[in-house]
Amino acid sequence: MEKVRLIQGNEACVEGALAAGCTFFAGYPITPSSEIAELMAFHLPRHDGVFIQMEDEIGSIAAIIGASIAGKKAMTATSGPGFSLMQENLGFAAMAEIPIVIVNVQRGGPSTGRPTAPAQGDVMQTRWGTHGDHPIVVYSPTSVQETFELTVQSFNVAEMLRTPVILLSDEVIAHMRERFQYPENVTVIDRKRPKKDEKEYLPYKDDGSGIPPMADFGTGYRYHITGLIHDESGYPSEDPEIQRKLLERLMGKTERYKDEITLIDEYFTDDMNVVVVSYGCSFRSAIHAVKTLRKEGIKAGCIKLKSLWPFPKETITKISEGVKGIVVPELNFEQIASEIRKYVDVPVKGVNRYDGSVIRPFEIEKTVRGLL
Amino acid sequence: MRASLKSYFRTGKLPHFLCPGCGHGAIMGALVRAIDQLGLDRNNVVVISGIGCAGRSSSFMDFNTLHTTHGRALAFATGLKLANPDLDIFVFMGDGDSSAIGGNHLIHAARRNIDLNAIVANNSIYGMTGGQYSPTTPEGMFSTTAPYGNIEPPMDIAGVTAAAGASYVARWSVFHIKQVIKSIVEGYNNKGFSLIEVISQCPTYFGRKNRLGSPSRMIQWQKERSVTLSKAREMNEEELKDKFVVGVIARREREEFSKKIYSLMR
Amino acid sequence: MDRFEFRLAGSGGQGLILAGVIIAEAAVMEGKNAVQTQSYGAASRGGSSMSEVVISDGEIDFPEALNPDVFLSMTQQSYELYYKEVKEDGIIVVDSDLVKDVKDTEVKVVNVPITRIARDVGKAIVANIVAIGVLTSLTNVVDKEIVEKAVLARVPKGTEILNRKALQAGFESVR
Repeated sequence: MEKVRLIQGNEACVEGALAAGCTFFAGYPITPSSEIAELMAFHLPRHDGVFIQMEDEIGSIAAIIGASIAGKKAMTATSGPGFSLMQENLGFAAMAEIPIVIVNVQRGGPSTGRPTAPAQGDVMQTRWGTHGDHPIVVYSPTSVQETFELTVQSFNVAEMLRTPVILLSDEVIAHMRERFQYPENVTVIDRKRPKKDEKEYLPYKDDGSGIPPMADFGTGYRYHITGLIHDESGYPSEDPEIQRKLLERLMGKTERYKDEITLIDEYFTDDMNVVVVSYGCSFRSAIHAVKTLRKEGIKAGCIKLKSLWPFPKETITKISEGVKGIVVPELNFEQIASEIRKYVDVPVKGVNRYDGSVIRPFEIEKTVRGLL
Repeated sequence: MRASLKSYFRTGKLPHFLCPGCGHGAIMGALVRAIDQLGLDRNNVVVISGIGCAGRSSSFMDFNTLHTTHGRALAFATGLKLANPDLDIFVFMGDGDSSAIGGNHLIHAARRNIDLNAIVANNSIYGMTGGQYSPTTPEGMFSTTAPYGNIEPPMDIAGVTAAAGASYVARWSVFHIKQVIKSIVEGYNNKGFSLIEVISQCPTYFGRKNRLGSPSRMIQWQKERSVTLSKAREMNEEELKDKFVVGVIARREREEFSKKIYSLMR
Repeated sequence: MDRFEFRLAGSGGQGLILAGVIIAEAAVMEGKNAVQTQSYGAASRGGSSMSEVVISDGEIDFPEALNPDVFLSMTQQSYELYYKEVKEDGIIVVDSDLVKDVKDTEVKVVNVPITRIARDVGKAIVANIVAIGVLTSLTNVVDKEIVEKAVLARVPKGTEILNRKALQAGFESVR
């Protein structure tokens, strides 16, 4: 394999998944994510892995949960309409604590929307799309290289926390072809399994880490998995105390491990007096704009959110303390901007497009100048 | 129940929560009897269920048990089987679970002919939610959402599954529990998708709404309504109207799906 | 080189996305940074299609063309849509048989009968390869030999001779 290549974001996602140890993919064709399924169909059999095209997206996420229960690292990839269909089983994976990775390559919505045009309208859906309070981890790549890196990270965090992780890409990053260098080293994390001689295995008993070890079906533990509120044995329970404890443990996972989960890059932040906070394809517009502003002598900084959820509220609050304002470019009606407003006292200005085009750097530059 | 059969249940979790006289207990009993006859290693047995009265049943049995979302049991099972084809997987579903919300997964599991063993406890009603009509409620019968009698023609679950390509399909009722056990064994030995539809009784809702009497009267009703395959061939449509055909509806050799997937690997 | 932008526009089926990919691949082979993006409609054949390539020795932040240095237009419609966005000292290349109504602007226009050249070489389908020859010859952003390597790495086996001829014809048409 040549070390430096020109590849698409979706291709980097597949390479990342394979590098992370993914051996199971179930999916249903949908633009703009289909290349991931196509490449998985080609590569997985060569890695002793399974590819299956299911009858719909509900079946796709169900199949990867099943495969994960059998001990495989499993993934599906979709876009808005398919992601909407997956919501119920996404909640199941959070409740039953099954590690899976879901790739959502965003396109214009709502509904069928614009299949071939970029958008970032699913940010809040990734957080609260399924019913009920639940933990979730979401990563959003800004380049082809980062798509690889964050796909590996998604698998690692899913395994580490026993929880579904979403890789939230978008049409621009997914279809863009860019210089890609296969990394020298890839760190791979596997889920914690019960010890071989563990007689009294309780699949949902906190071992102190907040994340119980997970046994593969068929390895002798014979336990119960359900989407119902359950006790430490996995058996359904209507005991209020058991319910409260379970939900607190589930919701506590992302808070407890936020330092391992959260990924933020900072640019020109040392002396900044205004900051652009961005993610996904809009970051590319943001950093271009910030570099242009710097050339003009404006002390603009840039924050790249590689992880979106859990939201890095402490970092955002800290950053806001030294600036006159925050500019948030995104391809939606202020989904992240409104989240930022909850944690800061300075003005937060959105730069928003929802016409299927990416934000032009000058639009951000204009908004930044307006804040100063 | 024989002590050896009792060991297949999580006795600490009993009694189960099914109503007195419900047919699902007998079907669960048939399942563990079949597994016992087959001599399967219970550590290798997975029982997967959906949502509803049949859905809750998986939790009482001492295997690897997975209680999934409504209608999706077969899709979860497909993932498990393909991830580990050595597992012996039984999928326990109700009529609404398998044919309404999960109908698409049923058709495609049968079409792929994946080696899963499906058991559908068909009591013609949504029991868990309080007695609404299902896709298998016979025309004219009453339910909480069919106060004037059901106007929808019923779905033939076994027939649809056979047409979709399953390599083994049978239909029986709780009255025919011995044949149910035999069919589960045969379905398991048939390497491919098998489905055994079992007409079950819900005395609490279906029986009460339709004045069918006691659970034993309802089992008698199953006997009276059932017609064997050979007899059915001699009957016309009018004569078959309120009957259900019992017997082995499909039995054929077809290539099994998980084998095909694994043959793609180097 | 700070930032050099190509925009290739026409209709679906003209192979312009592949042309953009090949130019970007050649740049990467040369050790440069390159980003190729595209926009397209729902139809695989017909409809509008656009491919953009940004090449730079440094980081490429904004991935799409802002003010193209070179704009190739293979349909009248795409010409009308984009001709105003080209850099003042840039170049507009048009397929002279397909884009007949060229506006009088400050920007240099190069007329080449790209599709006709492809047909003369052997097949209209290699018009995109002729176009690569034209664009790289006009700009010298990437080395011609590397461009040829990139073309041959991408085209179907058995079509190498035809494609090499098409590329050469493209080079020569603007010599």
